[in-house]
Amino acid sequence: MDILALLADGMLLALQPLNLTMIVIGVSVGLLIGAMPGLGSVNGVAILLPVTFLVPPNSAIIFLAAIYYGAMYGGAISSVTLGIPGASTAVATTFDGRPLARQGRASLALVTAALASFVGGTIANMLFTLFAPALASVALSFGPPEVFALMLLAFATFVGLGGDDIPKTIFSICFGLVLGAVGFDQISGAPRLVLFEMNGFLQGIGFLVLAIGVYGIGEMLWTIEQSRGEVSKTTPKMTVKGMAADAKEATKRGWKGTFVGSFLGFFVGVLPAAGATPGSLMSYGVAKMISRKPETFGQGNPDGVAAPEAANNSASTGSMLPMLTLGIPGSPTTAILLGGMVIWGLVPGPRLFVDETEFVWGLIGSFYVSNAAAVLINLAFIPLFIWMLRMPFTVLAPMIFVLSIVGGYAATRDMFDIWLMVIFGIGAFFLRKFDYPLAPAVLAIVLGPIAEPTLRQSLLLSSGDPSIFFTRPIAGPITVIALILIFLPAFKLLRRRRTADQV
Amino acid sequence: MRNGEIVTAGILALFSLYLMWKSTELPVGYIAGQGPGGGAWPFWLSLIMLLCCGMIAFNWWRGTSPPSQSTEPVLDAHGWRMLIMVGGGIVVFVGLVNIISMYGAVAVFLLYYVKYLGRHGWGLSLALALITPLVFFFFFEGAMRITMPTGMPFTDPVFDILYEIIY
Repeated sequence: MDILALLADGMLLALQPLNLTMIVIGVSVGLLIGAMPGLGSVNGVAILLPVTFLVPPNSAIIFLAAIYYGAMYGGAISSVTLGIPGASTAVATTFDGRPLARQGRASLALVTAALASFVGGTIANMLFTLFAPALASVALSFGPPEVFALMLLAFATFVGLGGDDIPKTIFSICFGLVLGAVGFDQISGAPRLVLFEMNGFLQGIGFLVLAIGVYGIGEMLWTIEQSRGEVSKTTPKMTVKGMAADAKEATKRGWKGTFVGSFLGFFVGVLPAAGATPGSLMSYGVAKMISRKPETFGQGNPDGVAAPEAANNSASTGSMLPMLTLGIPGSPTTAILLGGMVIWGLVPGPRLFVDETEFVWGLIGSFYVSNAAAVLINLAFIPLFIWMLRMPFTVLAPMIFVLSIVGGYAATRDMFDIWLMVIFGIGAFFLRKFDYPLAPAVLAIVLGPIAEPTLRQSLLLSSGDPSIFFTRPIAGPITVIALILIFLPAFKLLRRRRTADQV
Repeated sequence: MRNGEIVTAGILALFSLYLMWKSTELPVGYIAGQGPGGGAWPFWLSLIMLLCCGMIAFNWWRGTSPPSQSTEPVLDAHGWRMLIMVGGGIVVFVGLVNIISMYGAVAVFLLYYVKYLGRHGWGLSLALALITPLVFFFFFEGAMRITMPTGMPFTDPVFDILYEIIY
């Protein structure tokens, strides 16, 4: 009962006129920033942090949390309408969101994304409210071997469940991981893989450079070439009745993904150093794994939109948990929020819940209000996003190219990266012609910088003995499941051959 | 397509070898007390990439992958034309950024694509080519405080006027 009373107080605080205004502005700004390719929640929160010094700390953190929420919803918009993941958290949304848009069902994809995000956010808020301190201690028991095992599982879901050519999928994963290793060795600090001795590689290759190159340029070139200049316009229609029907269909066909994403996303979000991106990718993989029709994933299955969208919202709330209870940020955005809290004179950690009760519960209350505001604002804007898709393709295509280049520059501020983006785009076009799946490379460049240090730290802990991944109670089962998934295609092939021999 | 697939696999195998060689600039083995060397992670991954290229070549030889069974060319005349017109347009667009500024390059690219490739009227083409860079300018420079390349000094008079509006 205590918790409910505190939560009610927090929600009342969040509904005060100033705070409510901050929530509405924050969500709208976040939606816009999240929808822009190249900009994500981290940019929005970082850029608007100084603005928050004009208002009390309570309103300030509520504003930043609202931007965070809005940006998570917004990421799906560019994934569905433009086919470019605006941020790493929305990569998996592209896999099924874009095919749905191509089939003229962009509104179904956007409504599914909005509803799944809402459910994911709400479930995460409830888990946060009820189990905050307990979950924080579980997350702390995750050491490098456990985190590496989780990363291995994320890659394994792609290998074991992909209907694509397995050697090409594994090549794509390793390629992304190697690209993620370019720049400096994180542990010794020595320059590493400075390709062709070009100094531009010293700063590494960012996820966005590859993602925008592959999806913003490569995918568009492929579409233009395949359509032979006559892109079949899907002219999606948008009516209130149509949206209601989409909502019904989204609920019916996306509930499983939403459920998986909400819980898995929250737990992965809670883990320090993991965050919303691995959460959304793993949820996509698991939703595909438990689906009765895994082959429909990647071709416009609403579950494939719902799982990553529920997960990235859920993980956003989850990543606030170690930040508030332990002072450990779970994602780059929460790292900036943590910095903001310190500037406002608040000390995150176990004492925060005792010393700053009003602040903490005001923030938790604002999560609920922001989530509700975000779904309403997002649904209200869907007709505008759909209108964008009705533009002639010869206008939409150059706009996507321009957004890719300008958005890419805004994120990296380096022309070297823009050239790299163009090279990746043209390379991706040719690789796509030869059936190389490119999504695993994009996934790998995001997870590589988490996977490598955890592998090295684990092997250091065990003096080079790889059995550390099998003998620990949490890492062991995860590693075994990952290995089963990796070798699943080989088992399937053997079984098929044996059956053929018997016939 | 069949020839294209094996050529691509060959190029990727060479690239994998290059990555393995570059990785050996740092230790690739296990160093007692320090764990795996800095080059180990990319080295072993590049080796897996090389092995995958071998498997792709094996599948090509057996003719099991769809591209290895196809007799169509990788790109026909339309495909090459598209790649040169659109891909080339993007390369020129990026090349122009440091000369006529990001906004100038956006305007030129949009005019080229919408008018020349899209065959739309002058009204729509000019409207898009002029309004889009202006909207981008006020969004990025004004609202987000992100500075884009302004090109060579001859663009300064235009930017002086625009900066005066937002500052």
